[in-house]
Amino acid sequence: MKQSRRRALKAGGGAGVLALLCAAGVVSPGDVLAQSGNQAAFAMKTVREAMRALGAQAPAVSAAIQIKASEIAENGAVVPISIESKLPGTESITLLIEKNPNPLAASFTIPAGTEPNVSTRVKIGESSDVYALVKAEGKFYMAKKEIKITLGGCGG
Amino acid sequence: MADPMRIRVAARDGVVNVKILMSHEMETGQRKDGAGKLVSAHYISKVTATHKGQTVLSAEWGPAVAKNPFLEFNFKGGQKGDKIAVTWEDNKGESRTDETTIN
Repeated sequence: MKQSRRRALKAGGGAGVLALLCAAGVVSPGDVLAQSGNQAAFAMKTVREAMRALGAQAPAVSAAIQIKASEIAENGAVVPISIESKLPGTESITLLIEKNPNPLAASFTIPAGTEPNVSTRVKIGESSDVYALVKAEGKFYMAKKEIKITLGGCGG
Repeated sequence: MADPMRIRVAARDGVVNVKILMSHEMETGQRKDGAGKLVSAHYISKVTATHKGQTVLSAEWGPAVAKNPFLEFNFKGGQKGDKIAVTWEDNKGESRTDETTIN
């Protein structure tokens, strides 16, 4: 009885490892080496995968990160978004849009002397949560905001 | 060759505000043309802004950045008359650099 349970666990563990390998296989190591920076993370299909590819396992939610955007965007093809981090030692700011085909939209590296506050305009396919991932003093933090879209950004 | 960027840079109280408007299609690779064929992705993947040879901002983008991308940021330590250079590279290997002076 115990033996079979153990064997089952073992088999389960093996499958888990295999799944991990498969996930890793989505982007082969050669690709990662060939592409600079975070290109692999841009290919990920979910916010969690993209965050993981950036090295953020479980970022803590922080009130010191502000996502400035209107809650309802009429035109999903051009949605202005500003992200400001008040965390000391902010090194990078990354913008992810949950329901886009590839959530990772843009990642900014903030050198010392540059204010941790960037503005840009993005495409959002449908109403979605938007995440700001901030790396400060080697740790990851995040904030979330929902943006409703009246007209999708990926039509045509 | 892509159109030049429009770059506005203004210094105020030691803080330099940089506004950049790039001219680029930012094609997602998800859109189909009139004949139902997928239009291949064509987007700016890398942006670097430098002040006196020092990088003041670098960015990696995916195709979700809107067409004719806009980017705004602030940095400290720039003075009137200093040069700011901005370079973008896209996923097809095209690139463009434009320069302006702080005023």
